[in-house]
Amino acid sequence: MVGTKVRERPDTGQDVLVAPPTEVAAARATGDDDFEALESIISARHLDFFYGKEQALFDNNLEIKKNRVTAVIGPSGCGKSTHIRTYNRIYELYRDHKATGEVIFDGRNVLAPGTDLLDLRRRMGMIFQKPSPFPMTVFDNVAYGLRQHYRLSRSELADRVEDALKRSALWDEVKHKLGEPGVALSGGQQQRLCIARCIATEPDVVLMDEPASAIDPVATSKIEELMESLKENYTIVIVTHNMQQAARVSDYTAFFYEGHIVEFGPTTQIFSNPQQKQTEDYITGRFS
Amino acid sequence: MSAPQSGERRPATPSLALAALRPRSHGRRKALDAFIKGFAYVAATVGIAVMLLIVYEVVRRGAATIDWGFFTELPPVVGEEGGGLGNALLGTLVITAVAAALALPVGFLGGVWLAEFGRNGRIATGVRMVANVNMGIPSIVVGVFIFALLVKPLQHYSGVAGSIALAFIMLPVMARTTEDMLNLVPNELRESALAMGVPRWRVTLGVIIRAARSGLITGAVLATVRVAGETAPLLFTALSSPYWLNSLFGPEGFFGGPTANLTKTVYDFSGMPYARMQELAWGGALVIIAAVLGLNVLMRLVFQRGKEW
Ligand SMILES: Nc1ncnc2c1ncn2[C@@H]1O[C@H](COP(=O)(O)OP(=O)(O)O)[C@@H](O)[C@H]1O
Ligand SMILES: [Mg+2]
Repeated sequence: MVGTKVRERPDTGQDVLVAPPTEVAAARATGDDDFEALESIISARHLDFFYGKEQALFDNNLEIKKNRVTAVIGPSGCGKSTHIRTYNRIYELYRDHKATGEVIFDGRNVLAPGTDLLDLRRRMGMIFQKPSPFPMTVFDNVAYGLRQHYRLSRSELADRVEDALKRSALWDEVKHKLGEPGVALSGGQQQRLCIARCIATEPDVVLMDEPASAIDPVATSKIEELMESLKENYTIVIVTHNMQQAARVSDYTAFFYEGHIVEFGPTTQIFSNPQQKQTEDYITGRFS
Repeated sequence: MSAPQSGERRPATPSLALAALRPRSHGRRKALDAFIKGFAYVAATVGIAVMLLIVYEVVRRGAATIDWGFFTELPPVVGEEGGGLGNALLGTLVITAVAAALALPVGFLGGVWLAEFGRNGRIATGVRMVANVNMGIPSIVVGVFIFALLVKPLQHYSGVAGSIALAFIMLPVMARTTEDMLNLVPNELRESALAMGVPRWRVTLGVIIRAARSGLITGAVLATVRVAGETAPLLFTALSSPYWLNSLFGPEGFFGGPTANLTKTVYDFSGMPYARMQELAWGGALVIIAAVLGLNVLMRLVFQRGKEW
């Protein structure tokens, strides 16, 4: 692990890697949050998930705090994606995927029948691992959700598109390419295009499923900077298996293991003083 | 993945005393490789050669017949010179166009339903099976079927019966091609569009179909071109006619009577003991082959860029 330092584990005397406090502190403007006092925008309660007969999540309980960045970490296959995909019910695209329990968003259980999925998804945007620009121009990509959800004049639409691209740090690179196909952009630009498309409709929450794992390091750092600026206005839930990234960008961290939420707390605490042995093993790079 | 045991790491070197790895002899595998490659080349060459031979022969015999009159005139009276296959060309165009108009929209919608909505459900599985079976029915059987269904009860052959027979053949082809093309669109794209809070039908129309559009257009054109070259389904339906298709109804009209078409005319004329008729048959064959080949090549060229999502 780069950018970490070593400390000794009291019980076994083994060397343990921890994220450097300076790095964590720098990212932690809200380090002295009072967790209990903060408003939860999403609460998962007794959430189970099934792929057919195979259970992938077991009794997940998690509080996502408003205007904070929550990182979801854990080894691959532990259920990180599965968990956040219940929030916007995107898993329903597949017939035999089922969630039980509750996901309370804004006071309502989104898993309950009768949820307005279109409104839910407008308010909860999602960024996927693989950038997926729609088969249309850069402009139309960003305008796609706006056109669906709002009545806008031509010039209002253009303003909104420009604003979303600026906030996604993409405007300067694409302002002369608005009429070109979105797929013609580079991978990192495509991912920022997806972010622009997502934030253009002004969701309350942005769910990110390993948004930087399929793109190059430069583009990754751009997206991390972007998250820093986005968190003022949005609640962000980011799945990542890059622990430096989790330490850098998040306020709270949930550690998943084999479908269970093993530990959840302030990122500083998870990385410097994990309470569970599995968490410690994971963040110290003992398994992945 | 198993939970890691406390303080236990995988040893860097295997603990078992393993025998050294012995490289395998490559001689046999190389020989087999060469044999299979050689066989593939021979097979490909034979296939291409046969096609080129057909094209060569058809061009050699047919090219001289093709002139302006070939496209604009009626066939000559038996034994006379001159004339053309104008009526057959027009008939084939109309019969095929009507078939396409009947089959393509329905086939397309059916394919969209199979890929996007029915998917692995019971009804979809049944529909898919019926479509596959229909694609396997010999085209002459389709012709006889439409004969029994339409021609016999109405007491006359007609162009529209031919169109319906061709549409019957196109329908499952179009449905399955559409389904296949939409299945090539990655699910990530569906998920990202749905995650924007856009209803499924709009996602399908605005994103998924658009992503697959080049494949869909190619599929539709090739399905149409394929049936344009069919003879068997027309033998019992459109039949043939020495006259122009000059009205919709009436004894030589599209709905009312036998309608001239290229393939049946080629079939008829090629068997006649008159040089001019045989020349015209070669010319007709050339036009069909040129249209089929030409459109295939054109589709490849236009949509070569392929991936659009
Ligand atoms: N479409 C699926 N069908 C069946 N099982 C799945 C599917 N997707 C994921 N799983 C299983 O669910 C578990 C959690 O997967 P996932 O949430 O993708 O993990 P992560 O995002 O943490 O890597 C894994 O064991 C995986 O094999
Ligand atoms: Mg995942």
